[in-house]
Amino acid sequence: MSAAVRWANILFAGSLLASLGFMAAYIASAPNLVLGACLGLALAGLGIGVAVWSKGVMPPEEVVDQREAFSSGPSARTEAEEELLAGEAAIGRNRFVAGLAVAAAGTCGVAALFPIRSLGQNPGSTLLHTAWRNGRRAVTAEGVPVKASSMVLGDVLTVFPEGHTDDVNAATLLVRLNPNLLQLPPERSAWVPGGIIGFSKICTHAGCPVGLYRQTANQLLCPCHQSTFDVLHGARVIFGPAVKPLPQLPLLVDAGGYVQASSDFSEPVGPESWGSTS
Amino acid sequence: MISARVVRWLDDRLGTASFAKNALRKAFPDHWSFMIGEVALYSFLILIATGTFLTFFFDASSTPVVYRGAYTPLAGATVSTAYDSALRISFQVHAGLLFRQVHHWTALVFLAAIVAHMARIFFTGAFRRPRELNWLIGTTLLILAIADGFTGYSLPDDLLSGTGVRIAYSALLSVPFVGGWAAFLFFGGAYPTTETLRRFFSLHILIVPAAIAGALVLHLAMIWRQKHTQFAGPGRTESNVVGSPLWPVYAMRSLSIGLVTAAVVVLLGGLVQINPIWLYGPYQAWVVSSPAQPDWYVGWADGALRLFPGVSPRVFGHPIPSPFWPLLIIGIFFICVYLWPFIERAVSKDGAEHHLLDRPWQSPWRATVGVAVLSATLVLTLAGSDDVQARYLHVAVEYLAWIYRIAFFVAPAVLGFATYWLCRELGAREREHLAGESPWETVRRTPQGGFDGERERV
Repeated sequence: MSAAVRWANILFAGSLLASLGFMAAYIASAPNLVLGACLGLALAGLGIGVAVWSKGVMPPEEVVDQREAFSSGPSARTEAEEELLAGEAAIGRNRFVAGLAVAAAGTCGVAALFPIRSLGQNPGSTLLHTAWRNGRRAVTAEGVPVKASSMVLGDVLTVFPEGHTDDVNAATLLVRLNPNLLQLPPERSAWVPGGIIGFSKICTHAGCPVGLYRQTANQLLCPCHQSTFDVLHGARVIFGPAVKPLPQLPLLVDAGGYVQASSDFSEPVGPESWGSTS
Repeated sequence: MISARVVRWLDDRLGTASFAKNALRKAFPDHWSFMIGEVALYSFLILIATGTFLTFFFDASSTPVVYRGAYTPLAGATVSTAYDSALRISFQVHAGLLFRQVHHWTALVFLAAIVAHMARIFFTGAFRRPRELNWLIGTTLLILAIADGFTGYSLPDDLLSGTGVRIAYSALLSVPFVGGWAAFLFFGGAYPTTETLRRFFSLHILIVPAAIAGALVLHLAMIWRQKHTQFAGPGRTESNVVGSPLWPVYAMRSLSIGLVTAAVVVLLGGLVQINPIWLYGPYQAWVVSSPAQPDWYVGWADGALRLFPGVSPRVFGHPIPSPFWPLLIIGIFFICVYLWPFIERAVSKDGAEHHLLDRPWQSPWRATVGVAVLSATLVLTLAGSDDVQARYLHVAVEYLAWIYRIAFFVAPAVLGFATYWLCRELGAREREHLAGESPWETVRRTPQGGFDGERERV
């Protein structure tokens, strides 16, 4: 018995045992690790066994094929062309009916494209607005209204418009910071009651949630593509591929001490698109 | 023997014997690099097998349910039906986790094999006339495989995959003029919508795999018809094919490669955890995981999104958002890949048929372009995980991003130049070698115990 055959015997026997092992492991509800190891070894034994066996038993053999030209030759080509043209002539003999057939087929094809429209609604102005309105309170994802006094300096909280926690594009980050540090345009000075500032949580680059807050630097960072926004300067972009600042949500604190919006965001949230300015 | 009776039975009914007698002796040239494509082929079959098993348990629905499965840390959480069924596969379906992990690992191997196979075709010039058509089909297969991979890892509706879908949506949204409509029609409305998962499921298990299977059949039929290429060597010419016969030598080798591929992915799926969706948690559009990395074959696109600076000019008052530029570059890149056989032909003015392969250094310019493109993609892929590197290296991610922005231009230039120089050098050596006597000697030990040297003839 040659060495190759001996090795192949060992490998095939091992593979057989591993397959039996897989069956036993499956019946015994063994963990994934055991199942994978048994099945993997069974396949490996088979695969390497086949390689060793065929290398040892089958003599290295070389065969030589001749390549023939791909072209069928000029006469066959001419014949094919003539057949094609003859058929074309038969079809095109009555030009009107042929033309009408093409027009009907084309129109039918266009008609078949119409149902594509069912795949999505008109974008229209859906991307331009969120559910935030004047007087709508800020609530957590669980629907709990947020008291201004419950946020301490440095706190960050994700909130939604009350009754609209399913409008995920309205997700807003509230940050409480020292109002004296803020450098906002004058018209926004009234949007930050008690140092609580609100920005859209949807990155203006590719729409990921801007989930990271560097507290000491007052920066918001998007973990997807590292766009970085400067909270003190109206969330302007200081690094990364984003262009637009995060839209700001004008905030108020109502008589009960709850945080609420005084309107929708300053601009449309999320990434811009061709239609997002119209 | 049974096989003889089968041949006779089939031949009586279909006349297959005359085809079989030639086909079984068909020559397949031997070289290890010719087997990479087979790894991709067998990976596809494994994906179909494991994927079919998974479809019996997976439910591609966004309908929220309260999780009451075996994974107790998530007990009581509201999750999508899709995520719930993916957890059920992982924890309650017998051997389900094995199939899920083997499926995911195989997808990674599938893409790696396709890219390696494509690099082999490129660097040896196997795409030249008469094989341009098969290059076009192969490039299509690469794009389809990426699409199938992306739609597949989006299905479990976990936190990581949902974020990836959102980025794809935003990238489509950024296309000038049609972006809004295109994104709404493709994803089913404003993101997030309950339509997307169902669509991705159809694409992932039916439309894209069917397209891959069709393209694959064409790909193989063309190889069969045109016969395989071969490297130059004694007795190997442009007008013949020298190699192992299909039966039994090549068939056994191929079978062995298929089985070893299966063994590797099953061992990986059994022993190495991948995509632990229960740790990521269910997808919630306002939550994000950090770090957030896609599968490796999408990493370069993510890296391009990270590195491209924020540029958003206005055209007729409409913005062209910054994700559009990487998208445009990727689109142009794939068009160039498609057109490469024709570009090279136009530049080299070589329109002849080629059945003998180049060694990579025999075409220095082609090798230079290939290495430059591969190094640029590698830089982008690395940039796709710059946040993880920043964490381990304790440097600011901004520095790394700037390093990669510079490397994107410098690495292809430097490595391309080095490749060109190396190819010229190797080519010169080869010509010297072919012109004169070999500097190498073959030394043999004689039966008497002495040594016998023989200068190799070239």
